[in-house]
Amino acid sequence: MRYLMLIRPDMDNLPEGGPDEKLNEDMGRLIEEMTKAGVLLDTAGLRPFDEAARVRLANGETTVLDGPFTESKEVVGGYCLLQTRSRDEAIEWATRFLRIHGPEWTMELELRELDEA
Amino acid sequence: MSDQPIDRAVTRAVDAAWRIEWPQLVAVLTRLVGDITTAEDIAQDAHLAALEQWPRDGVPSNTGAWLMVTAKRRAVDRIRRDATLARKLPLLEGELLADLDSAPGDPASVVDGEIRDDMLRMLFTTCHPVLSRQSQVALTLRLIGGLTTEEIARAYVTATPTIVRRISRAKRTIRDAGVPYEVPSGGELAERLDAVLEVVYLVFNEGYAVTAGDGWMRAELCAEALRLVRILCGLMPAEPEVFGLAALVELQASRLRSRHDADGRLVLLRDQDRTRWDRLLIRRGYAALGRAHALAHERGGAPGRYALQAAIAAVHAMAATSDDTDWRRIAGLYAILAARFPSPIVELNRAVAVAEVHGPAAGLDLVDAVVDAGSLDEYHLLHAVRGDLLARLGQQGEARKEFLRAAELTANAAERSLMLSRARD
Repeated sequence: MRYLMLIRPDMDNLPEGGPDEKLNEDMGRLIEEMTKAGVLLDTAGLRPFDEAARVRLANGETTVLDGPFTESKEVVGGYCLLQTRSRDEAIEWATRFLRIHGPEWTMELELRELDEA
Repeated sequence: MSDQPIDRAVTRAVDAAWRIEWPQLVAVLTRLVGDITTAEDIAQDAHLAALEQWPRDGVPSNTGAWLMVTAKRRAVDRIRRDATLARKLPLLEGELLADLDSAPGDPASVVDGEIRDDMLRMLFTTCHPVLSRQSQVALTLRLIGGLTTEEIARAYVTATPTIVRRISRAKRTIRDAGVPYEVPSGGELAERLDAVLEVVYLVFNEGYAVTAGDGWMRAELCAEALRLVRILCGLMPAEPEVFGLAALVELQASRLRSRHDADGRLVLLRDQDRTRWDRLLIRRGYAALGRAHALAHERGGAPGRYALQAAIAAVHAMAATSDDTDWRRIAGLYAILAARFPSPIVELNRAVAVAEVHGPAAGLDLVDAVVDAGSLDEYHLLHAVRGDLLARLGQQGEARKEFLRAAELTANAAERSLMLSRARD
């Protein structure tokens, strides 16, 4: 089964200066471990939210909304595409991903299984 | 709220971490205690310790390292009680002290390189020539893939006790033959690596084109083969043919969803809905193929048999429609494959490509040469291909005979019904 893991850091409580050197190192190591375990199929971080564009459909009309957007709770900062044998294994990898972040971080990961029927 | 849901969540966390770490634990412990079954027992002790301690003391920050250090401690206890293992003690104590010296919770505290080396030793043990191919497959799925015996039995539509017996017999054979726990070197490596790659490809093919039973594929086996080959890429990042096989398997797996219709009938490559091909797997296949070529080039060697087959699969993947297929290129790649790794199966596939480039008569000449050689007479696809070419040449009577022969020879019900329906056309 494949899971899309959406990474949502709390934008109102970002640590100053962003990820430190230790986090970058640990992240590199975890990504390598997940790749070598055959779990990580794809991953990327996203450009800052204020560069985003939104294209919306309502009442048959399309509108293009440019940033900056004020709401910040649901902002996706990056994603991983995981392949695991079970939901619990996906949760365990997600937990490992969170644990390498220090206590200065608040974030939420959302795991969504791909519908591959 | 009671504690029970929390306990259950922790138990599930233990089990998930345990499933992820199990092959690594057994691989490391086997080196330390010299026996796979003893290693499995000790790993099981670590699992029980986690089930007991994590709900009480909280989930450790590095679950993998916790399990590894705990397992090694249990190994020391076991060795102290067991006189025949006692000579191992100095080795184990040295290693354990090194682990305990590093900061707890530091992901580096379990040395990655050490685990990788032990996984490689295990891989070459489970694929050792002292074992039958069937035993190699079962043991590799169990000890490298970390599948349970029940899962292996289900995937192969076999009774669990049969798999249990097969695996314990294989472990006994390894012990009795005194198979050294090591990665082969020099000229032996290439030969032994071939066996490893064959085992993984066999798992994939078993899932891709089921030879017995009524399903077209057992998706689980394909998924396991994909996982195994991705693990192999991590273990042997400099071996071109590992990436050649990875490319082949990723590219073939990209078509899994479109190989059968809603009623479970086979859909041939030329009739498949290409919008259903998995673009991510295709992209991963291209990347692996690029890596295979680069590594082969670095070594001054030509692409191996898997890289060549992957290159053919890549030509199909690049064609937006069946008519866009670059058959000339495919025929050329089959010619190289046939020259370097001659086999009647390759010749048969080359005939299909040649028929697309130069017409069915040219293809039929090649097929008839394979027929004359005689070795594929019992192979249903020989008759299926010959039937197809004859039908295209308007020789319906001859074609019908070939389709009926193919239907008779195949063990797959879906394939049989396709052949019978073509015989009626």
